[in-house]
Amino acid sequence: MSTINQAYDPTGSNRMEEPVLVANHLRKEFPINDFKLFAPRKVVHAVEDATFELYPGQATALVGESGSGKTTVARMLARLYDPTSGEISFRGEPIKLQSHRAAVLRQYRRHVQLIFQDPFASLNPIHDVRYHLSRPLRLFGHAHTEDEVTEQVLALLRRVSLSPAEQFIQKFPHQLSGGQRQRIAIARALAVHPEVLLADEPVSMLDVSIRLDILNLLLRLKKEEQLALLFITHDIASARYFAENTLVMYAGQMVEGGPSEAVIQTPKHPYTQLLLAAAPDPDRIKAQGHGLSEEVHARGEIPSLINPPEGCRFHPRCPHAMPVCKQHFPARTELGNGHWTNCFLYTDQTIQQQTTAPAAQS
Amino acid sequence: MNTSSSQFSQGSNSTAKQIKQDNPLTPEREMVRALRRPWYERAGRGAQVVWHESTKNKKVAIGLIIVLFFILVAAFGPLFVHTDPNLLSMDAQAAPSAAHPLGTTALGQDIFKQLVVGTRSSIFWGFLTGIAVTIISILVGLVGGYFGGAVDEFLSLLTNVFLVLPALPLAIVLASYFPRGPQTVAAVIIVTSWSWGARVLRAQTLSMRSREFVSSAKSNGETIWRIIFFEIFPNEISIVAANFVSTTLYVILASASLEFLGLGDPNGISWGAMFYWAQKDNALISGLWWWFVPPGICIAVLGAGLSLINFGIDEIADPRLRQEKIPKLVREKKVIA
Repeated sequence: MSTINQAYDPTGSNRMEEPVLVANHLRKEFPINDFKLFAPRKVVHAVEDATFELYPGQATALVGESGSGKTTVARMLARLYDPTSGEISFRGEPIKLQSHRAAVLRQYRRHVQLIFQDPFASLNPIHDVRYHLSRPLRLFGHAHTEDEVTEQVLALLRRVSLSPAEQFIQKFPHQLSGGQRQRIAIARALAVHPEVLLADEPVSMLDVSIRLDILNLLLRLKKEEQLALLFITHDIASARYFAENTLVMYAGQMVEGGPSEAVIQTPKHPYTQLLLAAAPDPDRIKAQGHGLSEEVHARGEIPSLINPPEGCRFHPRCPHAMPVCKQHFPARTELGNGHWTNCFLYTDQTIQQQTTAPAAQS
Repeated sequence: MNTSSSQFSQGSNSTAKQIKQDNPLTPEREMVRALRRPWYERAGRGAQVVWHESTKNKKVAIGLIIVLFFILVAAFGPLFVHTDPNLLSMDAQAAPSAAHPLGTTALGQDIFKQLVVGTRSSIFWGFLTGIAVTIISILVGLVGGYFGGAVDEFLSLLTNVFLVLPALPLAIVLASYFPRGPQTVAAVIIVTSWSWGARVLRAQTLSMRSREFVSSAKSNGETIWRIIFFEIFPNEISIVAANFVSTTLYVILASASLEFLGLGDPNGISWGAMFYWAQKDNALISGLWWWFVPPGICIAVLGAGLSLINFGIDEIADPRLRQEKIPKLVREKKVIA
């Protein structure tokens, strides 16, 4: 863990730049196919109001536990799912989310690529590495002849540190380890020459010993290519190592966001505090001067997204729940320096109370 | 690392040309050349794998030998028959002898010649119809399964309707309305028997569609038709092969049945037509067993061969069905509890 903290580079965040990809109030509901006469149609409220920006050369971590809608967000951005409402804009231009024409989708995917969570499932078992990497090269017109394809596939394999590339090119997915497969999956996304890379828990299926390698590979690529990276994870510690910005999601709602240092060192939303309490971090414990005993304790589970709790979806588990939490979802409160949270504890009238009783809870 | 990445960002379009012009044999260029795998090499490798698998599995090997034998007879047998097999002769109802290896019919036609020439028609139309049925079931099954929604609803409905239609009676009715001939028999069988394969492939495609490699190909920019036929279809090839073999078997049996009922071309020569004439001329009552037994054996043996291939494909595709060879010494060990 200590290496993780040392490697973090806070100078990387530069808010002056224009965002590449902007998600605006994205919402996704999945209808449930169980037809009952006269009963209202049920839907899963997977993502409610996701708003964020991705900047070139910067990583944004999307943190949350299983079922919080992180993957749905990534798949909406990759245009595998259509958002129920909301909009996506790339370089300031809104994307026509209604259009499913192949040309429109391909034009979008030329810039935005997705890396899947499970490298054991995301490669077709009957195709070899060359096929997997040659398809995007040919589809997006980066290579035309057989020799160009071979050359570029070799270059891609070297870029994801698979050497000797000449041997990997012939291999089939079943001949590769999990880490090697994930590198192939990354190379496949890079073959398109994208500007935005959406990484959907790229290391969660991998052995612990190779996670750091893959993370470092992604960091290196981000720096070399000025990629805008969305890094989805349930491990808030790796978010801090990896990403300049962190967003925290709970049950489909974004509850806190901002520069990773701020979010992780001074978490404001009770859910973020809960998440951090679950991740062991020696620095934080030392800084606070006391052990885990006074931290927020986990209770309850992530609610059903078919009938989510009214208002703030975290209120049934929240140690600071107030009556107002059950009625409305709190608006975004800016905490300065780009750090924001959606919590009634920090809305204007409550902020004074907090300052008089100096941050006792956090 | 550095060199390769900078080269890449330049766009290797230019580097490729540069290498081509400046120095035709840099080590890198040589490596690219060495890694070149043209289509005939890949096809050869594929054939090698198929050959290896099919000779390793005894059932497939025996089945293939039987089927290949019939195919060879169908292809080359008629070349050795110099007289018309329908030629009448005075030597009627003769038992098998040196002059007529399988005897003659009630009209004095040589049965051996009829059998050899009939093999061509039965095999040719059998396999052609089998291929056509398989192609239709692939198209309907994969397209319906992949697209889902209204397309799937419509194709499923169509498949279900054809599934519940009694195939053989319908085929008999249809065949009696159209001009007689092997084409009619083939067309009728195609119409009545594509639905089973389509059903199976649709179910398989439905499960494949939600596999992650399909979404990852999609998000990678792959086209829909390429996803269906290059990503999903190759994963179903064992089902398709098994389906093709069993369909061909069914088709050969069904066309023999239709021809036996007199719905084929009565002047054509095929196994079914031989049955038809044997039945019409009371071969059974006259004791002319050599008339109807040989085509019957042919159909039974060919059917057995195709079934063996089918079992073998199942075993190759599903390791749980494979019979492991256990050494005698190991086999004789008793379980002591």
